[in-house]
Amino acid sequence: MTSVIHDIGYRHYDGPRLGRGYAVRSLFVHNLRAAYGLGRPAKAKIMPFLLFAIMLLPAAISVAITAFSASAGLGKSLPLIRYSAYAVYLQPLIAIFLAAQAPVLASRDLRFHVTPLYFSRPLSRLDYVLAKYGAVATALLILLATPVTIVFIGALATEQKHLDTHTVQFLAALGGCVIFALVLGGIGLVVAAFTPRRGFGVTAVMAVYLLSSAAVASVQGIAESQTRFGIARWAGLFTPFDLVDGVQVWALRLKQSAPEPPPSGLGGPVFTLACAAIVAGSLAILYLRFRKAGAQ
Amino acid sequence: MNSVIAYITFRGMLGRRRALLLFLLPAVLLLLSIVLRVTGHSDLDTATALLMQFGLGALLPLLALLAGTGVIAPEIDDGQIMYLLTKPIARPVISTTKFLVAVVLVIAFGVLPIFVSAVIMNGMTANLATGFAAGALVGGIAYCALFIAIAVLSRFAVTIGLIYALVWENLLARYASGAKTLSIRQWAISVTDMITNATAVKADVGTATAVPLLIVLTVAGVVFAGWKLRTLSITGTD
Repeated sequence: MTSVIHDIGYRHYDGPRLGRGYAVRSLFVHNLRAAYGLGRPAKAKIMPFLLFAIMLLPAAISVAITAFSASAGLGKSLPLIRYSAYAVYLQPLIAIFLAAQAPVLASRDLRFHVTPLYFSRPLSRLDYVLAKYGAVATALLILLATPVTIVFIGALATEQKHLDTHTVQFLAALGGCVIFALVLGGIGLVVAAFTPRRGFGVTAVMAVYLLSSAAVASVQGIAESQTRFGIARWAGLFTPFDLVDGVQVWALRLKQSAPEPPPSGLGGPVFTLACAAIVAGSLAILYLRFRKAGAQ
Repeated sequence: MNSVIAYITFRGMLGRRRALLLFLLPAVLLLLSIVLRVTGHSDLDTATALLMQFGLGALLPLLALLAGTGVIAPEIDDGQIMYLLTKPIARPVISTTKFLVAVVLVIAFGVLPIFVSAVIMNGMTANLATGFAAGALVGGIAYCALFIAIAVLSRFAVTIGLIYALVWENLLARYASGAKTLSIRQWAISVTDMITNATAVKADVGTATAVPLLIVLTVAGVVFAGWKLRTLSITGTD
C-alpha cells in the first residue's frame, strides 16, 4: 500500500516576512495603546483619560495663576510648580494610574492563556517582556512628562526670569521622569504579573505603593521626633517615590521634593544603584514569570 | 443572611493568593509596632502617629477595599454571580451576606491587629487601644458598605475606591479642609478621639457630625447594593 500526499489546494504564504523586529514593535505599540484604553471599548478609556486629565489640572492651574498674577501686575509674580516636584506631589494619582493600567498589560495575557500564541511567533520571551516593559514605561512617561512640559511652556509664555535656568531644570526633570517611569513601571508590572485575577492586581500594586509609603512616612516621622535623622533619610530607600527623588537630588542636582533628602556621602550612589537594581530585577523576574506562562 | 453564600464567599476570599495580602497587610503593622516597642520608642505620641498614619490611613482603607470589592466584584466580572442570582434568594440577602463577610474579614485582619498593635506599644494606657479599635471598627464597616455599593455599581470599583481613599481623603483633604467633613477616615478618628484620652488624637470632625454620617453612609451603602443587584447587567470589557 502506497500512501500519497494529495494536493488539496492549500496555499502557502508568499508575502514578505516582517520578522522579529516588526513583531516587537507591534507588540509595543499595541500595549502602549492598551495602557490608555485605545483600541478597547469606551469603558476602558474612561479611567486612564480621567487620571491623565486630573494629572494635567494642577499644571494648567499653576500656569493660569502665574499668568494672571503677572498680567494683573501684583508686584511679584507667583512661581510655577517646580518641574522635578510634580511627580512627587501627585504621587497618589500616578500610583493609581499604574495600579489601574499595569494589570491591563500584565494580567490579561496570563488570565486568558494566550501567551503561547505570542511565543509561536518569531518573538523571544525577552522580546515580549521588553515590549511590555517599554510600553508601561512609555505610558507612564507620557503621564509624567506632559504636565511638566505644560508648566515649561507656561514659563516660556509668561516670560519668567532666568529662562536658561528654567530650561536646565526642565530637561533635568524630564530625565527624572524617565527614571520614575522605569522604576514604577517595573514594580507595577512584576506585581501585576503575579496576580492575574481581575481587580486583585489593582489592589496588589496599590498595596505595595501604599504600604511602603505609609510605613516609610511613619518611620520618618518617628525618627525625626527622636532626632535620628540618619534613619529618616535612609528610610526613603524603601518607597519608590522617595527613592527616585533621591536619585534626582544626587544625580540630576535638583532640589529635593520628597520629605527627606537622600543621606549625604554614600546615600546618592546607593539610591541610584537601588533604582538600577529594581529595573534589572523586575526584568529578570518578568522573564522568568513569562517563560513558562503558557504551561498552566 | 445566608450561611451557604457566606461560606462560599469566605472560601473565595481566603482560599486564593488574595489571602496572602490579607495576612501581609496587618503583619507589617505588627512588625513596626514590635520594632518600636523593642527599641523603646513606643511612647503615646509615637504610637498615635503610627496608628493614625499607617493603621487608619493605609491599612484600614486598603483592607476594606480588598474585602469590600473582593467579596462580590470578581463574581460579577466572570459572570458567576448569575448562578447565585438565579436561585430563589432575595437579592438584598445576597449583598447583605457578602457585606457581613467583608466586615468580618476587616475585623479579623484590620481591627484586631490595630488593637493588638496598640496594646503591644502602650498596653491599655489612655484607652488608646480601645479607642483605635472602636474607630477602626466603625470606619471599617462604613468603608465596606461604601466599597460594596461601588462594586455593584461599576466594574472599576477598585480604582474608584482608590481615588476616593487617596485623592479625596489624602490629597484633597490636605489642601481643602472641607473635604475632611466627608471623609470616613476623619469620622473614624472622631470616634477614636471620643474614647481615648491621648491628646495626640485630634479630630477635625465632631462626633455629632461623624456618628450620624457613619450610620447614614453604612445603611445607604448596604441598601443601595441590594437594590442595585436587582437590575444588574453582565457585560465584559476585557
